[in-house]
Amino acid sequence: MAGVRLLVGTRKGAFVLTSDGTRRNWDVSGPHFGGWEVYHLKGSPADPDRIYASQSSGWFGQVVQRSDDGGRTWEAVGNAFVYDGVPGTHQWYDGTPHPWEFKRVWHFEPSPTDPDTVYAGVEDAALFRTTDGGRTWHELPGLRGHGSGAHWAPGAGGLCLHTILIDPADANRMFVAISAAGAFRTDDGGASWKAINRGLRSEGIPDPDAEVGHCVHRIALHPSRPDVLFMQKHWDVMRSDDGGDTWHEVSGNLPTDFGFVIDVHAHEPETIYVVPIRSDSEHYPPDGRLRVYRSRTGGHEWEPLGKGLPQQHCYVNVLREAMAVDRLDPCGVYFGTTGGQVYGSSDAGDSWTAIVRDLPPVVSVEAQTLP
Amino acid sequence: MIRVVLPQHLRTLARVGDEVAIDLDGPATLGGVLDALERRYPVLRGTIRDHVTRRRRPFVRFYACEEDYSHHPADTMLPDAVVNGDEPFLVVGAMAGG
Repeated sequence: MAGVRLLVGTRKGAFVLTSDGTRRNWDVSGPHFGGWEVYHLKGSPADPDRIYASQSSGWFGQVVQRSDDGGRTWEAVGNAFVYDGVPGTHQWYDGTPHPWEFKRVWHFEPSPTDPDTVYAGVEDAALFRTTDGGRTWHELPGLRGHGSGAHWAPGAGGLCLHTILIDPADANRMFVAISAAGAFRTDDGGASWKAINRGLRSEGIPDPDAEVGHCVHRIALHPSRPDVLFMQKHWDVMRSDDGGDTWHEVSGNLPTDFGFVIDVHAHEPETIYVVPIRSDSEHYPPDGRLRVYRSRTGGHEWEPLGKGLPQQHCYVNVLREAMAVDRLDPCGVYFGTTGGQVYGSSDAGDSWTAIVRDLPPVVSVEAQTLP
Repeated sequence: MIRVVLPQHLRTLARVGDEVAIDLDGPATLGGVLDALERRYPVLRGTIRDHVTRRRRPFVRFYACEEDYSHHPADTMLPDAVVNGDEPFLVVGAMAGG
């Protein structure tokens, strides 16, 4: 029987939650790397038992862990992320030039076809790749070398490259998102990049329509339609139908269009999920009610989903990496909170249950659908 | 032979116990001990010193014989008691955070 494995990164370690296809009972293992921040874990689509984990701490820096047995055992692999050439500067919070300094890996994106090839999005924002299973990492300098790089500035969470999407139909085409620079696309395997932020409008920057400088929190796509992108920006939920060349707002009737996560139903390319958050200065759900919002029309029209979620006195946040879907039918949807809960729905969001309630603050959730 | 005591997280990472014994090829300097430690346990590379600059990470401290060596240059000779193995060289995670 098919099953689901959730890879959960938290502020104090990683947890692996496993269930059969019913998704009723979950086995919880962890903490792995207890006491360390685990920003992200992700399994290889080509070999689901190959998992990469980003382990870091303010004391001891970055460690990359790799599992070859589905998260039961782990081996530390290469942790040297050295910028290509002379790193140069980006813009600091006060507007002055600041040298690029590696701090941590925010996101791993394994190749769809090769378990040894993985892309890593890092802070200060850059894209690295390994082709030897994580032993060595090399920057793809074309992104940071984009003419705008010197003007990128960090958001409150740092200058982080947090989203990497590989076009399932064309491995040379990838999308990345950087806070607070915006979204970028390559059509040549990472050699060169184009800023794809036309249509975004951000009130918090001097030129609201600037080519770069937008605080994109997350982008998502459905594998069957890689030209259609969905974005949760700092404020605004956005959609592109042309691979990011232009965007338009689809916030519609959301109670607030601030938020971090966005994801797409596994089988319905026009069904998308967000978790509205009250505002950029109040990172919790409106009215103390935790509700996922679902649109079945690719945006504009949204319905609240709160069955099984706390509907009073709830003041958690859901961070940008902390939502995922499985590929079972009905589609499973999962998200983790800064209060340590991981909620799951086995009916595409109609109802929710807490899989675990008392983990450390959850930073990331990934779902693997197992044969 | 130099005895090195690591903080708990680095012991776990290197899969070692309370103390490790390090043999030196060259002079018993601060940098020499760290080089030898990283050669013996490559997984520690980047966790004590920056990969590129080789500078001590800000929240890591080096103590020996009740003295703070954290701000000393890499070519500083360690005390005889550490070189003889009578006293350990301490790598410490600074007290900070939760």
